[in-house]
Amino acid sequence: MAETAVVPTRRRSWAGWRFIGPFMAVFALVFLAPIGYSIYLSLFKNRLIGGNSFVGLDNYRQALHDPNFWSALGRVSLFLVVQVPIMLFLALLVALAIDSGRLYGKSFFRVTVFLPYAVPAVVATLMWGFMYGSQFGLIGSINDSLGTAIPDPLQPSWILAAIGNIVTWEFVGYNMLIFYSALRTVPGSLYESAEIDGAGELRIIRSIKLPAIRGALVIATIFSIIGSFQLFNEPAILQNLAPNAITTYFTPNYYAYSLSFAGQQYNYSATVAIIMGVITMVIAYVVQLRGTKER
Amino acid sequence: MATMTRRRLLAAAAATATALALGACGSDDDSTDGGGAASATVSTADVDAALQKGGALTVWAWEPTLKQVVAKFQEKYPAVKVNLVNAGTGNDQYTALQNAFAAGTGIPDVAQIEYFALPQFALGKSLADLNAFSAESLKDKYTPGPWNAVHSGKGIYGLPMDSGPMALFYNKELLDKHAIAVPTTWTEYLEAARKLHKADPKAYLGSDTGDAGFTTSMIWQAGGKPYQVNGTEVTINFADQGSAEFVKVWQQLISEKLLAPTNPWTDQWFQGMANGTIATLATGAWMPANLTSSAPGGSGKWRVAPLPQWQAGARASAENGGSSLAVTEKSQAKNLAYGFLRYANEGDGVQIRIDNGAFPATTAQLNSPEFLGKEFAYFGGQKANEIFAESARNVVPGWSYLPFQVYANSVFNDTVGKAYVSATPLADGLKAWQDQSAKYGTEQGFTVK
Repeated sequence: MAETAVVPTRRRSWAGWRFIGPFMAVFALVFLAPIGYSIYLSLFKNRLIGGNSFVGLDNYRQALHDPNFWSALGRVSLFLVVQVPIMLFLALLVALAIDSGRLYGKSFFRVTVFLPYAVPAVVATLMWGFMYGSQFGLIGSINDSLGTAIPDPLQPSWILAAIGNIVTWEFVGYNMLIFYSALRTVPGSLYESAEIDGAGELRIIRSIKLPAIRGALVIATIFSIIGSFQLFNEPAILQNLAPNAITTYFTPNYYAYSLSFAGQQYNYSATVAIIMGVITMVIAYVVQLRGTKER
Repeated sequence: MATMTRRRLLAAAAATATALALGACGSDDDSTDGGGAASATVSTADVDAALQKGGALTVWAWEPTLKQVVAKFQEKYPAVKVNLVNAGTGNDQYTALQNAFAAGTGIPDVAQIEYFALPQFALGKSLADLNAFSAESLKDKYTPGPWNAVHSGKGIYGLPMDSGPMALFYNKELLDKHAIAVPTTWTEYLEAARKLHKADPKAYLGSDTGDAGFTTSMIWQAGGKPYQVNGTEVTINFADQGSAEFVKVWQQLISEKLLAPTNPWTDQWFQGMANGTIATLATGAWMPANLTSSAPGGSGKWRVAPLPQWQAGARASAENGGSSLAVTEKSQAKNLAYGFLRYANEGDGVQIRIDNGAFPATTAQLNSPEFLGKEFAYFGGQKANEIFAESARNVVPGWSYLPFQVYANSVFNDTVGKAYVSATPLADGLKAWQDQSAKYGTEQGFTVK
């Protein structure tokens, strides 16, 4: 870098660097360096017999043919397609209800719905895990006392829905707040004129409120996509309760974790992490492009 | 800095010191120590000198009775300062240990390592070969199972700390109530399981949600040898007779839902044993202390019986769990570390640990009348150690774990676990486990057959 700067250029370019220098140094250290190191790791293979060797893109080739990786990706994609719309719809509904001004105890509702977000994900999952228990948990107690036969939420066919429920509970409030704050920026005069024009509440929502919070919707969607692809805490904690339902490759992140911590496949783990990073980036970018283009 | 160089010098001096002829007296006919053994031997005198001279020692272990051992050790050798660290139990500690080895820093001098995990660490050249201390001479001090377990090839990578010869723990009160006899074979066990669950739908004869250690121990007892290890050549085969015996009975227990779906080591599990919803537990002899502390409600109701057999009239047993203490290769105070190992696992430490509820691996204690005659209040005054000691003698020889068993166990629930929660047959689950383990082995450079 220094060599190229020796070439006589306008002095102005240096002043700029001085301002962003401190940021760039920290950015490079805590952001670029780990990524660079992961890429470096992903090009090697360290084996119990034979030691460390450079393998080029072998790890990437292996990952693309790894059924475990694809099943993990498929699982979070399904989660994304089902859970995110439900969560965002609920959040939107609550935000509109609170914003409508017809709700008594508005701030009470706002705080209550937001509260689960303040509970750490680990604690929330543990709490739900106890409730899900079909033997000793809440589900078990309900089945016992009412004679119902609610299926075990921690069995393999239900576990993803059970996790979706936890995540929805955690994040409805957070997304509601994003939507609600966007709604508050709509000038009141717009509503007044709409009323004068004879528009009903539904019409106002469709023609004024929804277009106004479009940006917030896109942002919330992108956050949710990233969140879904990075699903880790919930399965990692429920794994203790349902070891046979949550595999070591349940989500891509959990797979990367298991690879490095149970099998010492640090190199392959880094590869999986990088591929997931790229996929997440691409999808989030596409959503952003689409979301803003049609505006 | 100064202490480091001094310690390094000490270690170097000890390594080059002339060995006293200690190894010669205890040698057996089969000691053909061609390869593997270190060239220079450290004598007992060197170890004693290191203990007297003192220094600092970091020990990673989760075994609770080591606390008292460390206290007494420091009383005896005031110059030694032991830093006992609980870096997690089982896999958590192995993860931390592997990370330390990978990083090359923060490595303890001594680590507690379970028998099943020892080959993996030995292979990674992370542990010191104790042949350098003529550890082979301690052979007769230990029961064959654990002594075999600390070997990897010709190398000795730890000293046995405890052992887990298996027995059947059962709730006598519950079985008596339903007039069920204590099963002596696994076929009887299956019938008893049916009878109990029918009489009381809330009660199960046993609990199992898929546990790698338990499954391998069962196959071990049945005479199966799914793992054969010869250097870097590994054979994995769950299609042998022993595995088939296990599958035959266990598949029925699973399919008929006769096993409580309670995960081991949870509160519910201990509650189940205390309140009579889990009637038996087949596990290692280290269990009593856990029952006493975590399931006090079962006190007086429980008894111990020999492990049910796969062949009527046989007396086969297997080990379940048990761990060793090992010296790390990177330790700067190996002599001192070995001194601690001998104190804790062969010297005064053994009795201290027994007094606090541990089950030893040393023959002297296992055969002592005082040990065998101990009456357990939890088991209604039964002399349970007699049964455990008998079991230790009957452990089927020739078992070995994979040199990457830590990994293999981590994918057990991905594969065999499916049989517990879906229609997947247990045999298919074991085959999938075999394939997954073989795939990993091949990737890691082993020759897998």
